[in-house]
Amino acid sequence: MTTNRIVESDQMSQESGSDEEQPWIQEYCMMFGHEYFVEVSNEFIEDDFNLTGLSSIVPFYREALDMILDYQPDYQIKSESLPIIHHSAELLYGLIHARYILTKPGLQAMAGKYEKAVFGTCLRVHCEGMYLLPIGRYDQVGIETVRLYCPSCNDIYLPSSSKYLHIDGAFFGTSFAILFVNMFNEIQRRVNLIPKQIFDLKLFGFKINKIAPSGPRMKWLRQYPTNSAEEEELQRCKFEIPTLETESETDVKMGSD
Amino acid sequence: MDKDDSGSDYTEYWIDWFLGMKGNEYFCDIDPEYIRDRLTTLIDIITDVSVIDDSLPEKKRREIEDDCKFLYSLIHSRYILTIKGLSQMYEKYTDSDFGYCPREFCRLQPLLPVGLSDIPNLSTVKLYCPNCEDIYNPKSVRHSRLDGAFFGTSFPAMFFQTYPELIPTHSLNIYTPKMFGFHVHQSAQLTRWRLFQREKQMKELESQDIDIGTSTPGGYK
Ligand SMILES: [Zn+2]
Repeated sequence: MTTNRIVESDQMSQESGSDEEQPWIQEYCMMFGHEYFVEVSNEFIEDDFNLTGLSSIVPFYREALDMILDYQPDYQIKSESLPIIHHSAELLYGLIHARYILTKPGLQAMAGKYEKAVFGTCLRVHCEGMYLLPIGRYDQVGIETVRLYCPSCNDIYLPSSSKYLHIDGAFFGTSFAILFVNMFNEIQRRVNLIPKQIFDLKLFGFKINKIAPSGPRMKWLRQYPTNSAEEEELQRCKFEIPTLETESETDVKMGSD
Repeated sequence: MDKDDSGSDYTEYWIDWFLGMKGNEYFCDIDPEYIRDRLTTLIDIITDVSVIDDSLPEKKRREIEDDCKFLYSLIHSRYILTIKGLSQMYEKYTDSDFGYCPREFCRLQPLLPVGLSDIPNLSTVKLYCPNCEDIYNPKSVRHSRLDGAFFGTSFPAMFFQTYPELIPTHSLNIYTPKMFGFHVHQSAQLTRWRLFQREKQMKELESQDIDIGTSTPGGYK
């Protein structure tokens, strides 16, 4: 690590920094469609420990890092590599962001956005406008764009606006939303206040017959135990899915992805 | 009152019968001539037989306009349950005019409008997803203000009974939250229970010889 150079160039940029020049991070977070991002502190980025492993994922790592931190490079950058470095800086920032929001200050910053419903509200009627959290289904970059997690129905949704459909889910990661809910008890308290309702499709006031193709087939998706027998059943689900008596061996998998 | 409150007594006049019903004591007896006049005006405007009289004061014109919209919307909820209305809604559904389910695992399943009540002014329109069988609020504020009664509670069920081939094969996916690679204990337990319910239902349907195969409408994939 060339710590000396960083200190030097930092001083230099502070001296020469004009008033209208916005820091890269601030500008990036204020861009259209970047509303979900919080500003990562320079302090966090300057700690090498927080960047472990990223240099092997991000091309032009050194240049990208200097760009994020507004360091004036003491080396020449070819103009044709600038677009790639710009792209690398966004990639690097996103990956650092995913780590930052798992820290205490990061969680705090995200809480500020959450309280203002910056990530939107759950459109599911029976979630009663519960606030959403950004989530990635994968921690690797380039697989899927950002999704939104609802702490009430425990499900994930597409963002309402297409402006978020190019934001990589890995910039928020798989663990953040769940950690966030665990960190702030208030969210669980809010969820507990929402009545656990299931929608029943009806025809002239009557429920549809179970065996009709249009009959209820997805009740299980939103279901909660409603009587003591079901509560007891839930207790049996602590570590595994109970096997149905009639079946010799049913291999039931958790159907994710 | 000299009439039976239940209104089951045979009465010669509809208005008398209606006014005699319990709970309708506040209504007065409208002159049939007025009703005919008023409705004819609205129906003529809706069907382009005539237009709203320009010489009327602004307030009056707006009142008539609002009445026309209300009458149209009320008739709309009945019309979309008729063969002709259903086929028009079929077109709109296959064009995804009502938007897509926001749920990740519903993979952009087109939605249908539904009301939570058939009585006007009680709740706004919701959108029914035939894949997850749940209801959602419309994304846009404009749509979220529409009265649900203009579509009614029965429309989606009627629609899929008429066009069973449009019922999707339901996605079996369920989201299981993970933190640092591990399942979250509490939610994982509930998810297991839900999967158990799913398993029971599938077994029950199979025991009744119902096809729930991967290419069957109403089946699972
Ligand atoms: Zn759905």
